[in-house]
Amino acid sequence: MRLRVKFRKFGPIRFIGHLDVMRFFQKAIRRAGIDVAYSKGFSPHQIMAFAAPLGVGLLSNGEYMDIEVGSIVSCQDTLERLNRAGTPGIEVTSVKVLPDTAGNAMASVAAAAYTVRFREGREPRTEIGSVLQAFLAREQILVTKETKKGTRELDLKPGIYRLTYEDGAFRMLLDASSGGNIKPVQMVEAILADQGEALQENALTIVREDVYTDIGAPAEGTQERKLVPLDDIGYLI
Amino acid sequence: MEAPASRKPDLNGDEMIMSEKLALTDDILMKIEKPERYIGNEVNSVVKDRSRVKLRFAMCFPDVYEIGMSHLGIQILYDMFNSMEDVWCERVYSPWVDLDAVMREQHIPLFALESQDPIKEFDFLGITLQYEMCYTNILQVLDLAQIPINAVDRGEDCPIVIGGGPCAYNPEPLADFFDIFYIGEGETRYHDLLSLYKECKGLGRVEFLRRAAKLPGLYVPRFYDVRYKEDGTIERFYPLEEGIPAVIQKEIVMDVSDTYYPTKPVIPFIKVTQDRLVLEIQRGCIRGCRFCQAGQLYRPVRERDLETLKKYALEMLETTGYEEISLSSLSSSDYSRLPELVDFLIEECSKRHVNISLPSLRIDAFSLDVMSKVQDVKKSSLTFAPEAGSQRLRNVINKGLTEEDILKGAALAFEGGWSRVKLYFMLGLPTETPEDIRGIAELSNKIAATYFDTVPKERRAGGRVQIVASTSFFVPKPFTPFQWAGQCTKEDFLDKAYQTRTAMSEQLNQKSIKYNWHEADASVMEGVLARGDRRLCQVIRKVYEKGGFYDAWGEYYDNDRWLEALAECGLSADFYAHRERPLDEILPWDFIDCGVTKEFLKREWEKAKREEVSENCRQKCQGCGAAKFGGGICFQAKGE
Repeated sequence: MRLRVKFRKFGPIRFIGHLDVMRFFQKAIRRAGIDVAYSKGFSPHQIMAFAAPLGVGLLSNGEYMDIEVGSIVSCQDTLERLNRAGTPGIEVTSVKVLPDTAGNAMASVAAAAYTVRFREGREPRTEIGSVLQAFLAREQILVTKETKKGTRELDLKPGIYRLTYEDGAFRMLLDASSGGNIKPVQMVEAILADQGEALQENALTIVREDVYTDIGAPAEGTQERKLVPLDDIGYLI
Repeated sequence: MEAPASRKPDLNGDEMIMSEKLALTDDILMKIEKPERYIGNEVNSVVKDRSRVKLRFAMCFPDVYEIGMSHLGIQILYDMFNSMEDVWCERVYSPWVDLDAVMREQHIPLFALESQDPIKEFDFLGITLQYEMCYTNILQVLDLAQIPINAVDRGEDCPIVIGGGPCAYNPEPLADFFDIFYIGEGETRYHDLLSLYKECKGLGRVEFLRRAAKLPGLYVPRFYDVRYKEDGTIERFYPLEEGIPAVIQKEIVMDVSDTYYPTKPVIPFIKVTQDRLVLEIQRGCIRGCRFCQAGQLYRPVRERDLETLKKYALEMLETTGYEEISLSSLSSSDYSRLPELVDFLIEECSKRHVNISLPSLRIDAFSLDVMSKVQDVKKSSLTFAPEAGSQRLRNVINKGLTEEDILKGAALAFEGGWSRVKLYFMLGLPTETPEDIRGIAELSNKIAATYFDTVPKERRAGGRVQIVASTSFFVPKPFTPFQWAGQCTKEDFLDKAYQTRTAMSEQLNQKSIKYNWHEADASVMEGVLARGDRRLCQVIRKVYEKGGFYDAWGEYYDNDRWLEALAECGLSADFYAHRERPLDEILPWDFIDCGVTKEFLKREWEKAKREEVSENCRQKCQGCGAAKFGGGICFQAKGE
């Protein structure tokens, strides 16, 4: 049986890197006494898969991991055990059983939603509210991306599913698939670059609100994608 | 004002608290390597309510987080202190060089991980002294904490700086920097010291220290002075006041089963050096190798009760969730209940998918059988530590391991499927000759030959055996029979490494042998510090002022800086490291009584020169003096 575990990451725990969160859960799962499945061999490891890695320093309300278990008492029981065995900065908010047909957490990722704010004193001169509409109306939003082999042009436009700015906060729904992942900071940089302004160093606070999967091709005649949070796929027992 | 905190219940219904406060800004934390070193909040770390504790203790390992977090001793004391209701003990480590630079530039005071409060506001700063090359890091910690480096410059508001651990057995090179040294095992005397501290509130720092100096096991350097002879050796070491003891006897826990054990150790988020659960099975060692300081300092051997260990192991597997458990002791093979313990662990760990790691096992049929059960034979390697290449020199150092033992063990291992062997030797041991050095290469060669004799061609996985022989350079240490010995110079060491390499290349099976040797510079300086006196305080301070710290890390060690500082102070490595000391010389650590007597050490030094071995504690008592503690192996039946 596969479980999909959704958790928040907040407070100082935002500085714990992705691999270390994984190591944290490996131990928490043991402490919680969850009947997790192991791989075979001399150094068996728990069968687990994480959705999209979260950058160091980012907060999140919607992180996901799948684990393979023998059996559980109930989803609620597993959730409570994990929280009691965990740390206050990592809070499990949902545990669901995945249908056999569901893809793994990592392969399922299509998009992610973010709330992005400027840190105090690092707001740009550019008035975001007045330039955003024109920016989004463009055919293409080209940025240069630095890769190991040099730089390459990238069009952000197709990966922007939703982008608003209200009360000093961006709400973004961006492509987060392995092929087309857009980082929120790239987005803000592009908006400012358009106005000839550079983003200050470490100017943003970023909260990942949730991670989404695509549950099918867009219905005929619409551009809308069918994006649902990763834990919509599972069910409770 | 208290920073906001998140709270939730843990598995036992106790409250877990996450402090939101961080001493470092996001800007800094985003810029430095591994910010996780500095944010606390690890599972099982202890957060207390500031308003409800009377005494704040910062426990420091003066090296980087990953090293410090791997140390069992600190976990034991952390657990002990935090079990006291009105005490809050927190951890602090050396900031890595990147953060160090930022803290200096921005004048950020060094802080404790749990509360993120500045160390300078604490009552105590405890620093563990595990190896000599971290001494400059102690100055780094004090300096970053904005605490005066010299103890006598500290005001009433400064924490009491107390040092402990193996290097505290010769505290003199650090005497200027510490208010107190705690000599011996930490479990016994802290209650008294903290009570005294509370009683002395209002009486002033010096009066507290004066009273602390009269507690057993505590050495307060400011109440002692040293007079030197013209040749630089000590004429007299003496207390400055009436009532200050002339000799400090080490503290020791005689019942190691009924004492503190950190059953809920702090679990780091990041991978640390010792990233596993550690079960300390005994203290001390019966062997009496003459180069080994730990083997003398921790006498007598005290074993932990088997049932207690089983209970701890199960409890800790549950409270930590670690995927690996390791046994800790100086020589695990000598633990009398090892077979039962290992059987128990194999059974319980396999149920839980937990790996077992077994360091410091003597290679024999029993250990090979055990190891084949707990590790992948093809991937793992076997370790032998003959320490010296010839039987003659092994007799000198009292390493009771014969060539026959090694070759038999190796043959058994090769039959069992192992094909990788690690060998550890020392160069520069007292009385060493070119033949002894050749012996290192010859023994390595014989082990390779044993492989080809034992394993038929068709069963040789990958076709060959891999032998990695490593040599370190011998550093004489206080409280060993070799404490009088002269240490080789850097040139001698390098010449010996060269001889070893040449001899290796002449062996028939040289293609199966890889030879590594260590750096020689730092070994000499380690020797200077290990047997140094008070005058070295100014040398350490100068090195630090010239920019030296993280000297235990090859890439940050600068030998010239040390040589310059020695010269500027009119001191020399020759005096501290290279000369052989006469037996009647007053040694800087003579005022410490670690149980083992100077007469015993002298006897052993003479026996070493005569190439005579001594039986181990289980075979026959050698009268070392540790029996005065009234327990342990000294009072158990002899004869194997």
